[in-house]
Amino acid sequence: MSLSQRQLALLLIAPGLALVAVLFLYPLCFSVVSAFTDPAGGFSLQAFGKAFELYSGDILFTIVIVVTSCALTALAAVGIAGTLTLGENPWIVGILRALYRWPLFIPFIVAAQCMRTFLAKNGLMNNTFVSLGLMEPLQAVSYLDWRGIIITFVWKQTPFVALLLAGALASLDRATLEAGRNLGASRFRILIELALPQVMPTLLVALVLSFVTMLSVLSVPMMVAGSQPTMLTVDMAFRINAYGDYATANALGVITYLISAGAAILYLRHGMAKESAP
Amino acid sequence: MSRVASLLRAALAAVALAAFAFALIGPLANLALWSVAERWYTPYKLPVTYGTRYWEQVFRPTGDAMASLGTSVWIAVLTVVVALALSVPAGYALARLKLPMRSLFMIVFLLPQAFPSVAIYINVARIFYNLGINGTVLGVVLVHAAHGLVYSVWIAAAAFAAVDKDLELAARNIGASPLRTFFTVTLPLAAPGVIASGIFVFLESLDEFTGTFFVGVPQVTTLPLLLYNAAMGGNYQVASITALILLVPSVLFMLFIERFLRADVLAKVGA
Repeated sequence: MSLSQRQLALLLIAPGLALVAVLFLYPLCFSVVSAFTDPAGGFSLQAFGKAFELYSGDILFTIVIVVTSCALTALAAVGIAGTLTLGENPWIVGILRALYRWPLFIPFIVAAQCMRTFLAKNGLMNNTFVSLGLMEPLQAVSYLDWRGIIITFVWKQTPFVALLLAGALASLDRATLEAGRNLGASRFRILIELALPQVMPTLLVALVLSFVTMLSVLSVPMMVAGSQPTMLTVDMAFRINAYGDYATANALGVITYLISAGAAILYLRHGMAKESAP
Repeated sequence: MSRVASLLRAALAAVALAAFAFALIGPLANLALWSVAERWYTPYKLPVTYGTRYWEQVFRPTGDAMASLGTSVWIAVLTVVVALALSVPAGYALARLKLPMRSLFMIVFLLPQAFPSVAIYINVARIFYNLGINGTVLGVVLVHAAHGLVYSVWIAAAAFAAVDKDLELAARNIGASPLRTFFTVTLPLAAPGVIASGIFVFLESLDEFTGTFFVGVPQVTTLPLLLYNAAMGGNYQVASITALILLVPSVLFMLFIERFLRADVLAKVGA
């Protein structure tokens, strides 16, 4: 047996890599090639023409939904993580800590079903508002459209971002934060000006992962919102299931790759920076 | 003056906390209500009649839901077996051996999670169709395993990295072979982390919808697909009960994960 350690290591990791290659890299290349191929087999941008002609509205819709959801998720997560780290009332911190993690492990499809009933015109949300006298029964509207998608995404992703952020905030040097407090800065100011810049990388990574997740979810736009306008994931499924139109579906797929590419580059750059740090 | 101000602040905080709790628990409460509502229509704010008729329908041994639950659990177990068979050696190599291009390999395992997956799955379905494994349990297991591999590999690598090297050296010094050292020292010490990664993969598989939607239909109906069909068919009761069944393992996991995933392992994930 004259296997060097390197060869052994490569041998051990090879089966896992092979699975990723066959079930991710190969279909990825397949989708890109298919998007740029015309029915006769030559190179063409025909599929992209069709994709833009039919779905330019949905492309914009998808970008707006995902960016808005990420922005709101960031705000909510900073609020929660900030309260958990800097909060002075043990009751509030305790209740918040016990509550905020719940949606973290709830599957998207379950979240979608929850919201489908909760946000409906006669859902529990409107009914509660009416019962509390905050709203007249006739004012009740259904939120099962773009607002529903955003609400579901923020509801589902905020605990994830808040969890990572709270972890990063907890490992910050307490002395600096206390010093700021002693100098008379408000807790809000300490959070925004002192704590947040130090944990920005963590926040960014969590948001990028959420961004890609939102771009991948099929169940939420299908179950929470009506048919038009809708997100690109639903359009792709429709092109396949209704027409078997792989070219246009793959062109839409390449467009979603491009949308997430910006986010992915941010993530990889952060990963590399961490790698080169001592 | 300042007492009034602090009272006002406390009241404001209480209102904010209540609103937060409502936003968080409201959707789940609505789900729970639907699962026991036999009749519920406008303008009634709460179900008109309560009952467990739909629970009985779902839990009837011959019902769709029991079959789907069986399929889901079977697929999840197979997925864990496949993922661990691949990730234990890979994790060990990443944590302990001199591996060229280590960070590149780490990123390769992340890739399936770092790309929007729908476009990948439609092409996987096409490839599987040509291979004749579309609509089979095998096809769904492979897709779930590829998706879950990032968790199992990264967590397994972290678990192996957290094992004290001196203990391995001690075993080698008293004459144990490398293989024996691995199976009697390293693997048992890393076991809690490896089990945690298996639980992660199990849950990912149980909850997975998109891949099964493209690769499994129409023959393989897992719980998420049953939920989807029931919801789209307007049967809110069956959809809600299915959703509640899916919630059970997730909630158990959230309560017990800290027992398996120790902080020293968690700190090494992705490193």
